Amino acid sequence: MSEIIKEAEAARNKQGQHGADVDLDSFRRDAPAHGTDPDLTCLSDSEMEHLAGVGIVAAPQERAGSFILKDHSPVHCSMGQDGVELLSIKTALAKYGDLAEYWWKAVHPGTDKYTAQAALALDDGYFIRVRAGVKAALPVQACLFIGAEGLSQNIHNVVIAEAGSELHIITGCTTAPDLHRGLHVGVSEFYVQKGATVTSTMLHNWGDEIVVRPRTSVIVEEGATFMSNYVCLKSARSVQMDPLVRLVGPDAVTRLNTILVAAPGADFDVGGRVSLEAAGTRAEIISRTITTGGNIISRGLLTGHVPGAKAHLECSGLILADGGYIRAIPELDGRVAGVEMSHEAAVGRISQEEIEYLMARGLTENEASALIVRGFLNVKMEGLPRELADEIERIVEAFGKSVF
Amino acid sequence: MLLEISNLSVAVGDKEVLHGINLTIDQGETHVLFGKNGSGKTSLLMALMGFSNYRITGGQIRFKDQDITRMPINERARLGIGMSFQRPPTLRGVKTKDLIRTFGGRQEDREKEISGLNMATFMDRDINLGFSGGEIKKSELLQLILQDPELILLDEPESGVDLENIKIIGRSIKKLLQKHLRRQRTKSGLIITHTGLILNYLEADMGHLLLDGHIRCEGNPREMFETIQTAGYEECARCQR
Repeated sequence: MSEIIKEAEAARNKQGQHGADVDLDSFRRDAPAHGTDPDLTCLSDSEMEHLAGVGIVAAPQERAGSFILKDHSPVHCSMGQDGVELLSIKTALAKYGDLAEYWWKAVHPGTDKYTAQAALALDDGYFIRVRAGVKAALPVQACLFIGAEGLSQNIHNVVIAEAGSELHIITGCTTAPDLHRGLHVGVSEFYVQKGATVTSTMLHNWGDEIVVRPRTSVIVEEGATFMSNYVCLKSARSVQMDPLVRLVGPDAVTRLNTILVAAPGADFDVGGRVSLEAAGTRAEIISRTITTGGNIISRGLLTGHVPGAKAHLECSGLILADGGYIRAIPELDGRVAGVEMSHEAAVGRISQEEIEYLMARGLTENEASALIVRGFLNVKMEGLPRELADEIERIVEAFGKSVF
Repeated sequence: MLLEISNLSVAVGDKEVLHGINLTIDQGETHVLFGKNGSGKTSLLMALMGFSNYRITGGQIRFKDQDITRMPINERARLGIGMSFQRPPTLRGVKTKDLIRTFGGRQEDREKEISGLNMATFMDRDINLGFSGGEIKKSELLQLILQDPELILLDEPESGVDLENIKIIGRSIKKLLQKHLRRQRTKSGLIITHTGLILNYLEADMGHLLLDGHIRCEGNPREMFETIQTAGYEECARCQR
């Protein structure tokens, strides 16, 4: 443990590689205490409605487990399937001897001031472990909620999918409807062991002045699959993240989907990195971004270390209003002969030809534009539970209608 | 008169591609447009539909006694003009069923038309993405059938279609143009054809030959097509000089 603290101490003032620098001390650390809440009564109706918008449901029978962290307190933690373990991270650390094999093994505490803060001032987080061969029939849901004005929340999550297991996690990050300012720092470490499949879907509904700095690393072993769906169609002040997926075992596969919208005032610097380190590994990074006046830097980096590794990267951006920008930065880093990596990037406006084609079928210009934008954001996300896919479709449709 | 085009000139970019076109179509009539590649046939259809790249520089288009020369595309569509495109754009992420849904009408009627054209498996596909030539034509035709316009503009409905599918398409167009009705036919058509194959499926009332942006010949479409086949476009134009 002391090595972790030492590394974090040294990085206390180390700026992140990307994104605007954040004054961590300008956020308060004194969170109101919340008691445990097995029946989820501590959240008001409007707060629950807000949670439903990020895929979090109050009905435990629809989930293999539920975890809710309000401010700094894990207020709810319930499990519904044998072999699927869900604990607050502090409980897991106490129960499993500091989780020595996994704790800060994928993400380094000295990466930057945000990982340092998570190491030095951990509030809590979730621990999920699916035992070997267990297939979680329903998703596990985790909600990270900020309710107190001006608060910073330091999260650390660890997810372990043992050999041959299957897990779908829905993480809903949101703030109280009337909350103005806050900081969410989230370290997540995923271990997807031999032949396991993990799908991680993250839905976000932040307030206008929320600053978000997630730090995620994923280790994918032989024949295992990691799918990530990152959806953020509501505003935030500043989000910077660049998760790293390491495909360390032969035939490991990953697909990272990102769909996001930057409203005026928003600053997004988001991307994904995949390191293909074993034979037969495959990766795909797909990002669809829209600005209605905010700024977006859309990154993607594929690094091919072995012959035969195959990967593709796609960054598409639509500029629907002036005042912001979309900068697509796709990078391919081939280290040996025999890697097959490609990328395509496009930034522009909605094609007039497409709008007029739909108008020739009787749609108004606005209806046509909304339909095209919906299609643009309609990235194929595999393995989503029906109601979550519907929810994402509903969010996308509402967005399409709201801008035209 | 359903459609009345008077002295119409159209430019694409800085270049005028149609010069003083006059053409009228009455209710229930089917007209055919012949002409070489680049003669202005597609430009005429696109201008009638109102596409912004086809700028009207002179003349007038009247439809159902209204001046539609400057009318937005969707209002022309709502007034009763529909078009099947030769090369429609691909709409990534927009499912064919999403567009079909916007046409209204009864679900069972839509499903009947979808199965009539063997298009059920296309509903969950992105519009025109990876469609073959024949599939594009069928998809266009399905949209037109559901849109149910009074004036049907067809841009080479048979090009790139195999012999089996051409039967399906030919019969659908015949039905769309109400060829089974002798009187009270309300549907009219303006069809571009190179191969003339579509003439085997429906009787057309009038043919027009476009050459270099001018209408050079008008007459019986079968006779015109035979002249074009045997002696070429120029010979067809000569008859009226």
